[in-house]
Amino acid sequence: MEMEKRAAWLEELFDIFPKERVLTDLADRHAYSFDASLGEYLPEAVVQPQSKEQIQRLVGLANRHRVPLYPRGSASSLSGGPLPVYGGIVVDMSAYPKRLTIDKENMLAIATPSVITAELHRKAEEAGLFYPPDPSSSSVSTLGGNLMENSSGPKGLKYGTTKDYVIGLEVVTPTGEIIRTGGKTVKNVTGYDLTRLLVGSEGTLGIVTEAILRLIPKPRARRTVMAAFPRLEDSGCALTRILGAQILPSAMEIMDEYCIRAVEEYEPSGLPLDAEAILIIEVDGHPAAVEEEAAQCEAICREHGAALVRAAATAEEQAQIWKARRLISPAIARLGPTKISEDATVPRGQIPEMMKRLRRIREKYRLNLVVFGHAGDGNLHPNILTDRRNAEEMARVEKAIEEIFAAAIELGGTLSGEHGIGLMKKPFMEMELGKEGVDMMRKIKEAWDPNNIMNPGKIFPDRNEAHR
Amino acid sequence: MTNRLYEKAYEAANACVQCGYCLPACPTYASMGKESASPRGRIHLVKMAAEGKIDVLRDLKTPIDLCLGCQACEAVCPLNVRYGEILEAAREEIHRRQSERPAPGDRVMRMLLRHVFPHPGRLRRLGDLGRLLQVSGLLRVARSTRFNRMLPERLSWFAKALPDIPPPRERLRFGRVYPAKGERKARVALFAGCVMDAVMFRIHRATVSLLTAVGAEVAVPAGQCCCGALHLHQGMADEARELAKRNIEAFERCEADWIVSNAGGCGAAIKEYDRLFADDPEWFDRAHRLAEKSRDVSEILLELGPLPYVNGPETVVTYQDSCHLLNVQRVGRAPRALLEQAPGVRLKEMEGADRCCGSGGIYNLLHFSESMAILDEKMERVRETGAQVVISGNPGCILQLQIGIERAGASRHMRSVHLAEFLAERCGF
Repeated sequence: MEMEKRAAWLEELFDIFPKERVLTDLADRHAYSFDASLGEYLPEAVVQPQSKEQIQRLVGLANRHRVPLYPRGSASSLSGGPLPVYGGIVVDMSAYPKRLTIDKENMLAIATPSVITAELHRKAEEAGLFYPPDPSSSSVSTLGGNLMENSSGPKGLKYGTTKDYVIGLEVVTPTGEIIRTGGKTVKNVTGYDLTRLLVGSEGTLGIVTEAILRLIPKPRARRTVMAAFPRLEDSGCALTRILGAQILPSAMEIMDEYCIRAVEEYEPSGLPLDAEAILIIEVDGHPAAVEEEAAQCEAICREHGAALVRAAATAEEQAQIWKARRLISPAIARLGPTKISEDATVPRGQIPEMMKRLRRIREKYRLNLVVFGHAGDGNLHPNILTDRRNAEEMARVEKAIEEIFAAAIELGGTLSGEHGIGLMKKPFMEMELGKEGVDMMRKIKEAWDPNNIMNPGKIFPDRNEAHR
Repeated sequence: MTNRLYEKAYEAANACVQCGYCLPACPTYASMGKESASPRGRIHLVKMAAEGKIDVLRDLKTPIDLCLGCQACEAVCPLNVRYGEILEAAREEIHRRQSERPAPGDRVMRMLLRHVFPHPGRLRRLGDLGRLLQVSGLLRVARSTRFNRMLPERLSWFAKALPDIPPPRERLRFGRVYPAKGERKARVALFAGCVMDAVMFRIHRATVSLLTAVGAEVAVPAGQCCCGALHLHQGMADEARELAKRNIEAFERCEADWIVSNAGGCGAAIKEYDRLFADDPEWFDRAHRLAEKSRDVSEILLELGPLPYVNGPETVVTYQDSCHLLNVQRVGRAPRALLEQAPGVRLKEMEGADRCCGSGGIYNLLHFSESMAILDEKMERVRETGAQVVISGNPGCILQLQIGIERAGASRHMRSVHLAEFLAERCGF
């Protein structure tokens, strides 16, 4: 029966798409079964739409046959957002035609969802403009993926996140309408703000086919300061003092002692091995202002007990400082083949406390747990390095993750700062939002997608799914 | 669940966290536009095959066959996943399973690799035959007649792009030593290779002239043979190991300061010889010592130089990285520095010079249309530079780029040459 059903909709796919845009080989299906999280689910087919009309017809087919659709960008998601958990059809939006227009006069970018984030950065800069959201995957991630996950990166503190730059969308809804939300103006209060509802909806409310993005003038200068603190608490105080001195850094990154050691062992660059935390602070803006602000940051770090402070003015020196941050990934990868990257986020003032709790969790469950992240906006990245083949350790990992979430929420924070809920965090949604909060979201989902065909199985437990 | 692929590749494949940072670097992902043609996808499929979830021949073979092996993904991987090793293991396993029921095309290929390539003498005779066809005009006749249309398209392009084969007496003699001009600064041993020695030996002549001019004594050790890279690409690891042993022995006897190659692919193979002997400590050490001494000709020329350049006509050139020279040997600066030093030469970089031209050993022969899609895109980038000469450091790339020039109908004002040949011209040799 299942086979027959599949055969029927598969046949219809070829009415909508040319055959080279429908992938059904086992190898191709496996190649679309994963993202950058741990999950792995085999879709029954993969399609690569080339127009919104094709998507519209695809959605029609999905509703008629009740086949789930799983839209996907470059699949660099860390939360399982695009995984085809119920099989069905993966909609590969990374292959959608790439169109990008920079409207210099109105400081806007109009882009299709397949445009790579870094390409927008480049094109904006060529026009003297700036698109701040900068997830570390920006060289590969698509704008569509960024929009759906509301990604951000290190610049959130000063510049906000993706949602602060999306002012208009064109979307194919789960019931097959093509709608436009927002527009080309920064101010727009006409009706519900569907744009904001869609940004961060993780592909559950529709497929974006075009986005209007706000750009800002490019900052003229940048300065970077690195400071190593023998005591974790001191780094927290320094952070607070810098913001208290009316400086708004464009980035404030923190790495814990385990990161420092891993990086230094991987490629020695003179990082102090006895430091409990390193802060990397970047200020940008007018050349005169950044010079003064960088000097102030340096002084504040020293006053708060930093044992080592390095300042960088040239691009080369800056790259040297950021190198330590960049080396975290390869350095910690040597601790284990499986990497679980979380993004629990707390109010900024709670960072030292959260770091302490993470250290206790590390000890309690005897895990390779390292912490780095965007300290300025409270967005930490506890990473656990393990081996998924080790069932006993994986059980401890699972418990540790649960405890990380609980700690973040207890400290007034959130499950996810930028990776999204996806699959892995959905059992914890009620912990943060309460039953009523989750129910309200579910009602919205049901109103938009009555047949539950758009990325089903994501972000909150289905009504018939067991509660945890 | 343990099978050979699992043992050989799982550990390396499992190190991939599927972040996708390799996607923008992969030429086949760009041209084919699907995940099974990306490094991340291929690694995942190797993992699936190792876990027994997909079949090695039915499912894994095509995506692996369609990989160029350029290893550009390795250079950008934030976790240093050893893609080259994973690819090699997959190819070996495919080869092993296929040996049980080979296709006719594979049989011919394997016959050539087994019985012709390991023997420099046989290859030279083939080269001479090629020259006979060229000189007698037979090839031209064949080209201009209907006969050409009977040839598969790919072969007629190759015939068109193949440079003139010089007379056999111009070949380097095995066992000979060419003395340094002036003060002897170093003794180097030249790796002659297979195709280069049989057909493109004008490049060897140029290489020897340049090396001796900067004070290197050049030995051409007897007993050397094809490096085995082509065999390895076809998954014939045993044959590759035999060739590696012969070369290790030949070059050990020569006692040179450096082993010099002028083919990016061969140099890379030598640099990775130790990988072939992971289970054999004695040969592993010997291979490792040879690898440590292995250099590209451009590195030696830059180190011992400057070259005795003469003034030449104003020429705009562009440089195409050989993938194995850049991504495995990590040589990209030296060839460019040598070009920049030459009076009258203006090096104009093309966009994506570090991206594969689609040659990929014999990929262009085996997967012609896939290769040409990459090449035609590459030629657009070349055209934008306005270069008269496209320079590279590997015979396969040179041939491929010449095919590109022919296909673009640009052979009147553009040519593809090896770095050594071009530098020799600029030194008046």
